Amino acid sequence: MLLAGARRHGATAADVVVAEGDGLDVGVRLGEIEKLKRARQKHLGLRVFVGQRSAVTSSADFARDAVKRLAEDTCALARVIAADPFAGLPEPAELATAVPDLDLYDAAVEDISAEQAIAWAQEAEAAALQADPRITNSEGGECGTSTSRVLYASSLGFRGEYRDSAVSLSAVPIASENGAMQRDYWYSAQRKLARLEAPADIGRKAAARALRRLNARSVPTCEVPVVFDPEMAAGLLRHLAAAVSGYALYKGTSFLIGKLGERIAPDFVSVVDDGRLAGGLGSKPFDGEGLATRRTVVVERGILTSYLFDTYSARKLQHRSTGNAARSVGSSPSVSPTNFVLQPGTCTAEEIIRSVPRGLYVTELIGFGINPVTGDYSRGAVGLWIENGELTYPVEEITIAGNLLQMYAGIEMVGNDLDLRHAVAAPTLKIGRMTVAGN
Amino acid sequence: MTDVTTHDPERFFLERFGLSEALLEQIVGSAIARRADYADLYFEFRTVQSLSLEEGIVKSASQHIAQGVGVRVVAGDKTGYAYSDDVTVDSLRLATRTAQAIAQERGETQAVAVRPTAPAHDLYPLRHAPIEAPLADKVDLLNRIDIAARQHDTRIKNVMASIGVEQKLVLIVSSTGTVVGDVQPLVRLNVTCIAEERGNRQQGTYGGGGRVEYGFVLDDDRYRRFTRTAAEQALRNLQAVDAPAGSMTVVLGPGWPGVLLHEAIGHGLEGDFNRKKTSAFSDLLGQQVASPLCTVVDDGTIAHRRGSLNVDDEGTPTGRTVLIEKGILRGYLQDRLNARLMGMPLTGNGRRESFAHIPMPRMTNTFMLAGESTPEEIVRSVDRGLYAAYFGGGQVDITSGKFVFSASEAYLIEDGKITRPVKGATLIGNGPDVLKRISMVGNDLQLDEGIGTCGKDGQSVPVGVGLPTIRIDGVTVGGTQAA
Repeated sequence: MLLAGARRHGATAADVVVAEGDGLDVGVRLGEIEKLKRARQKHLGLRVFVGQRSAVTSSADFARDAVKRLAEDTCALARVIAADPFAGLPEPAELATAVPDLDLYDAAVEDISAEQAIAWAQEAEAAALQADPRITNSEGGECGTSTSRVLYASSLGFRGEYRDSAVSLSAVPIASENGAMQRDYWYSAQRKLARLEAPADIGRKAAARALRRLNARSVPTCEVPVVFDPEMAAGLLRHLAAAVSGYALYKGTSFLIGKLGERIAPDFVSVVDDGRLAGGLGSKPFDGEGLATRRTVVVERGILTSYLFDTYSARKLQHRSTGNAARSVGSSPSVSPTNFVLQPGTCTAEEIIRSVPRGLYVTELIGFGINPVTGDYSRGAVGLWIENGELTYPVEEITIAGNLLQMYAGIEMVGNDLDLRHAVAAPTLKIGRMTVAGN
Repeated sequence: MTDVTTHDPERFFLERFGLSEALLEQIVGSAIARRADYADLYFEFRTVQSLSLEEGIVKSASQHIAQGVGVRVVAGDKTGYAYSDDVTVDSLRLATRTAQAIAQERGETQAVAVRPTAPAHDLYPLRHAPIEAPLADKVDLLNRIDIAARQHDTRIKNVMASIGVEQKLVLIVSSTGTVVGDVQPLVRLNVTCIAEERGNRQQGTYGGGGRVEYGFVLDDDRYRRFTRTAAEQALRNLQAVDAPAGSMTVVLGPGWPGVLLHEAIGHGLEGDFNRKKTSAFSDLLGQQVASPLCTVVDDGTIAHRRGSLNVDDEGTPTGRTVLIEKGILRGYLQDRLNARLMGMPLTGNGRRESFAHIPMPRMTNTFMLAGESTPEEIVRSVDRGLYAAYFGGGQVDITSGKFVFSASEAYLIEDGKITRPVKGATLIGNGPDVLKRISMVGNDLQLDEGIGTCGKDGQSVPVGVGLPTIRIDGVTVGGTQAA
């Protein structure tokens, strides 16, 4: 109805996203319930093209006349915009012809009651608090559930929808000793309830991580190898995902411009983007413009073999869309990775640490010091110092710095411990040399 | 188009959703039936518009209207919350029942009489809401910025500019009996330039705005100054050398470098962390946490500022809270729940991102008062150090106290003079310690131009920061060039 309304107001093409979601968010602290939040949302986003001019609007008002007004207002907005020869919906031939079930929805998640979520959060936090007398406080335990339904339709005749679910559980304990406090955390995030890590295990791991940070110190400034734990390595991969996005490439804000076909890492480094992984946290059956998602090899044995595109960015750079259009309700498509994974290697994390005579094992990074245009990198770090291949004392109030091009080229080892708690995922990895700034 | 420029939020919401004052009294009264301490309803109607330019043309425009109500019930330190973007009597009742589940004990529906209150301040009275300024004018502005940036220097190869405008109406009905509404405009203009020379590409970004008329960006050729600043930053970065690594004397320029305060102490002084004793500043009230040259305040009452509000998102009037006075920790930032549990006064810092979010203590405009030194004296006093003029963002771990902020425009100081530009580097420090190392405070206090967004627990709110030029003796600079 909305698409017909848009046509009546002069749109030559249009598409609509409707997203509906339901969820629960509970938090406990020191055993008592602290927060109980119920979320329910339904909203829609309309994009219209009036020739080569486009605009996007969104609304949560599904009343008939509100929807009609939305079509009219969006077309009016499009008319003030400049004509863009690259704007438009995809070629009809590129649209997905099937909507496979990628096993993204688990009814058991929808059935989780508030009482059950509270009990798990309490169990996770209790396991952390009981792990050691030096665990003296807690930010709490949290359990969140969400189920959503996404519908996408366009004036090309495409109409597809899918459901997904997600459940997460975390504990954030605080350890203290000698008048100083440290907090750390552990969490599990899955689409299916059966795969969620046991609450007591989450609590114990969170406590061990917090205790490990006690009595941390800074280190003298030096240049040393740096080993990234899997979650921190995934962060390095996120910067790569941003740099291969068609939008960053045509806008000039990527350090990988002009590097397609070149070696950017050693030959044991491969990165794959796969939107079809069954149950994957980044999976979806079709992208934000109705194209089929697929498996794209971005880095093959160290060579940059593919960028990621949607229709618009592909047209700008004379490529084809890779089915990576992402669409949140209120915006026009952008490019987003799906399940973006650094393929695991053969060494264990222990072997990687043993290979370092003197260096840093990073467990947390803070700050936003990444320059997307140049790849310059500088972030605050927390971790453990490595001496003679062994983890020793905790370190904090240091930074690690370098340039992402040199860092990727300087990857020396890739572990076998892939951590799939995120759509962008990696195992432990070691970079040969970075500048650690301290005292 | 709906008229969103009403000056009477209460009438707007009651009419739009077919509600009455009596009904609101009933809902709020039933919300606190179960021996809850406090309950409120937060109605919101928000229109957000954004236009952006790249590659010489205004390519995209978007507009969003969001509306809804959040129902909150507080019992002790527990919060029950439910929200709906479908604002009907039924959904309000359902949300209330859901939110109430937090309070365990039975009680009776209490009678609550609500009394409309005018907000304590009128910090952003405007003749014309910026959301109503003609789209054609906004398109024209962005085109002018593109031309000005490219004319500035032939090495400017890419220009991206965007203008974001918002109009937010809120109505807060609380079990204390108050009904207060507010109309909150917001404008933000941003310019990014990419300069290229001999294969070297660098970026520069600048912008600003506030709770102002659309014309603010045109006044005094403000948009031209933003454009020039972004272009010059990109061009200067073409000459940048590797930043030094290690502990150094750092001089911060005035204005946006106040992000130091936001990260080093601002979050650490939020009431929720101190009530739970998870902050590195817990139990430090009355103690020395900064050099005696430092007085830091959080002030939500400055007219037209991005970080200012007439009332916070719990209906409490905003205020000016002295956080640090001549180096001594004096106060925390509070919302209702934490103020009550700590037995401390309200400060008007209870904020939420939207009707779909639970309020918590947040900053408004956080800045350090001016001192006695001149900025020239401060730079001259440094043999070897770093001068940081502009930053991206920052982040903090409030438990360990470690914070970072990333310099996007910085220079070496050599023999008391600002010399070569250096590449961006992250500075890291320890909140309860870093302000004790401030040895000089300038007389040139500036507030930022209106670009700050603070994230906490998944909720973003607009904020402001400010700082005079200051000298800090010993901050770790995260460069690549070990000294």
